[in-house]
Amino acid sequence: MSSPCFRVLIALNLKGLDYEYKAVNLFQKDQNRPEYLKINPLGYVPALVDGNIVLADSFAIILYLEDKYPQHPLLPHDLAKKAINYQVANIVCSSIQPLLRLPILRYIEENVGEDENIQWVYKHVAKGFAALEILLKHHAGKYATGDEIYMADVFLAPQVISVTNRFNFDMSEYPLLSRLNETYKQVPAIQNALPQNQPDFPGKCLSTN
Amino acid sequence: MTSSGQLQLYSYHRSSCSFRVRIALNLKGFDYEYKPVNLLKGEQKSPEFLKVNPIGYVPALVDGDIVIADSFAIIMYLEEKYPQRPLLPRDLEKRAINYQAANIVSASIQPLQNLDILKYIEEKVGPDAKIPWVEKHIGKGFAALEKLLKNHAGKYATGDDVFLADLFLAPQIHGAIKRFNLDMTPYPLLARLHEAYMQLPAIQDALPENQPDYPKT
Repeated sequence: MSSPCFRVLIALNLKGLDYEYKAVNLFQKDQNRPEYLKINPLGYVPALVDGNIVLADSFAIILYLEDKYPQHPLLPHDLAKKAINYQVANIVCSSIQPLLRLPILRYIEENVGEDENIQWVYKHVAKGFAALEILLKHHAGKYATGDEIYMADVFLAPQVISVTNRFNFDMSEYPLLSRLNETYKQVPAIQNALPQNQPDFPGKCLSTN
Repeated sequence: MTSSGQLQLYSYHRSSCSFRVRIALNLKGFDYEYKPVNLLKGEQKSPEFLKVNPIGYVPALVDGDIVIADSFAIIMYLEEKYPQRPLLPRDLEKRAINYQAANIVSASIQPLQNLDILKYIEEKVGPDAKIPWVEKHIGKGFAALEKLLKNHAGKYATGDDVFLADLFLAPQIHGAIKRFNLDMTPYPLLARLHEAYMQLPAIQDALPENQPDYPKT
């Protein structure tokens, strides 16, 4: 499951919204099939369907949910703290995650070399994480921007979990993010959104014979 | 922080992220102080700038004691604190289209064409690889935008008023044409929007070539 999907699931869980999970296998390029393109012509995943409205892009979906379903707000009232949340979300979804997408990594592997792949990942994650450590230093509480879970956490949790699980990224230089990662393990809305807890996680539905 | 309480924007003329914020400030009628940060010379890493914005990102807005980086965060802050000339429509679906368009630009296109990435592609893959790389990623994003906006565009991206989507689109399209000579034939809606944007004073005044730090020839 991609980290953009993971973000949306956390947001839905935090807001207590019941949803129907529709699996789209990116490795098998389901997103390019006619059945999916009929629903979402952009072919982007995740996509949210709410009645007549179809939205793609995790950030747009989360902001839409925030506008339409105000329970468990994902943004604080204070304008400066709100801005920090937007900044964190964008550091993750513009500076880090787009550079870790499969097609990009495949390109690096094919055109630069297999080892370069992982160097590329480490470089961009390190840059983004270093910025996050500085940005959140004077704002973090129990969670990224205080003692409540907000949008920053919705974006951070999948990113940190993804780089540690997928790329074995060494978190020792990022004490604040490491601490947050430990805290996120105790949050049901995040745990229930983990890739391994989704219906389409490989091996999940195998029956024993 | 200036004694007059004037907003300060740390900006680089050619940065499309800075360009977005400049448009927003113009639309909302701000007379702001322009503080140039030369990204080519690495001034974003200078001690003076890091004192203002410890993460060294440009653009950065200073409003009294508050410093905000990231173009989206700055624009949303301005939108909430200074509600004149709204940058988002009221209708939830139209708002969502604006968020989507903004993010296609800021997450799918711009990060793949910034200076550092292009330098890497040029050095590690080869000088001939840069243009195909740029054309592929801009092309993909532009194709998605054509589909997204098809049933929503009016005079501008999501209707007859300039909103958030336009603030992200205008710099992206301008850059694609000016910097990379992109052929806009496959993107008729975006090409039309570009023409409309170039007629708008708030966007013209925000153009790289109209900034104090644009190199004089």
